[in-house]
Amino acid sequence: MADERPDVTITPYRDGPLLVRGPFRIEDMHGNPIQTDRETVALCRCGKSRIRPFCDGSHKLVRFRAPTGAERGRQ
Amino acid sequence: MSPAAAPVLAPAPRGELSAILLGALAGAPFALDLDLPFPEGDALSDEDLHLSLYLCYELHYRGVPGADERWEWEPSLLAVRRRLERRFEAALEALVPRGDEGVPPEEVDLALREIADADEGRSLSAHVEREAGLDEVREFLVHRSAYQLKEADPHSWALPRLYGAPKAALVEIQADEYGGGRADRIHAELFAGAMAALGLDARYGAHLDRIPGVTLATVNLMSLFGLHRRLRGAIVGHLALFEMTSSIPNGRYARGLRRLGLGDGATAFFDEHVEADAVHENVAAVDLAGGLVRQDPRMAADVLWGARTLAALDRRWCDHVLDAWEAGETSLLAPLEDTDG
Repeated sequence: MADERPDVTITPYRDGPLLVRGPFRIEDMHGNPIQTDRETVALCRCGKSRIRPFCDGSHKLVRFRAPTGAERGRQ
Repeated sequence: MSPAAAPVLAPAPRGELSAILLGALAGAPFALDLDLPFPEGDALSDEDLHLSLYLCYELHYRGVPGADERWEWEPSLLAVRRRLERRFEAALEALVPRGDEGVPPEEVDLALREIADADEGRSLSAHVEREAGLDEVREFLVHRSAYQLKEADPHSWALPRLYGAPKAALVEIQADEYGGGRADRIHAELFAGAMAALGLDARYGAHLDRIPGVTLATVNLMSLFGLHRRLRGAIVGHLALFEMTSSIPNGRYARGLRRLGLGDGATAFFDEHVEADAVHENVAAVDLAGGLVRQDPRMAADVLWGARTLAALDRRWCDHVLDAWEAGETSLLAPLEDTDG
């Protein structure tokens, strides 16, 4: 059930962004809020988004590859 | 200019069947004679067929202007609809063979991605980004208004047919489509805002008479899949591919509008979809489509068929629009006026 899960969940989607669900807050390194109206956000993982820190789907254009699980020392 | 406004004019007929239906809908329901002149043209784009089918479906959405609402569940009209659907579905199966392939649930997103990557035809969004003029962009919005002013509604029909994880995934997507509780953020409202910013009448159904069958077919596809429980796999696959092929084109549309000097009022809808659909595509492919196949492996074939039929009909629509523009013609049934309106 939901009460056994942490308040915020971060899910790496295969070859795509990190989805953040829950009562999160996003701030820049100076503590300024980064605005979003969304309950679930996708954070860029490939580095190519034009709306960082959010995902804009660019990972598909650069054929970004990453597993959904944790890497253990990539070759 | 909100799509919440009442529909405007009753549409004009496009052939014998739509003329009979429009005449009948204006009055109280009665048992239609089923010996009707059913259209025999290309069932993927025929004007009379797709307007007639669109009218049958609209009774379940926002209604047909001037129609008696009791027609919605009139059995003889449902029989007409069924006959039109049979022709449409058979043509879809001829266009995209319907297999019985199995896909493991954890690989559904990869199978869908393969379908998205397979389309190497001409890109409408690249054309809009780089070279389309204002007239073309306005036509593009008019085509899209047939769906976008009721964006997300055809997929919502799937909600009561799902349970558990895929249902939660669909709700997560639809909540966002419907503005997360804020009426002004409903995607259909944002689209109406874009139309208004380009000087277009944004009232629901205002442009139906200009929208060709090849475009109506892309909307009828969603209603067919959404309104039949047996096709729940197909509507899920349709949504997944729709979301997976959305964020990049919408970024291009937004850049095209900015190139033409248009401001945030025109681009808000497209900007929103870049960010929103970058979330939705993952949820739709992995949690919704993958989740449905995990519950019921037999759904895999229809999930992929729903996605492939979307790709195939969108390709036909895109080619129609680009062919018309290349020939210097309107892609609509009748050109827009400058003041339109």
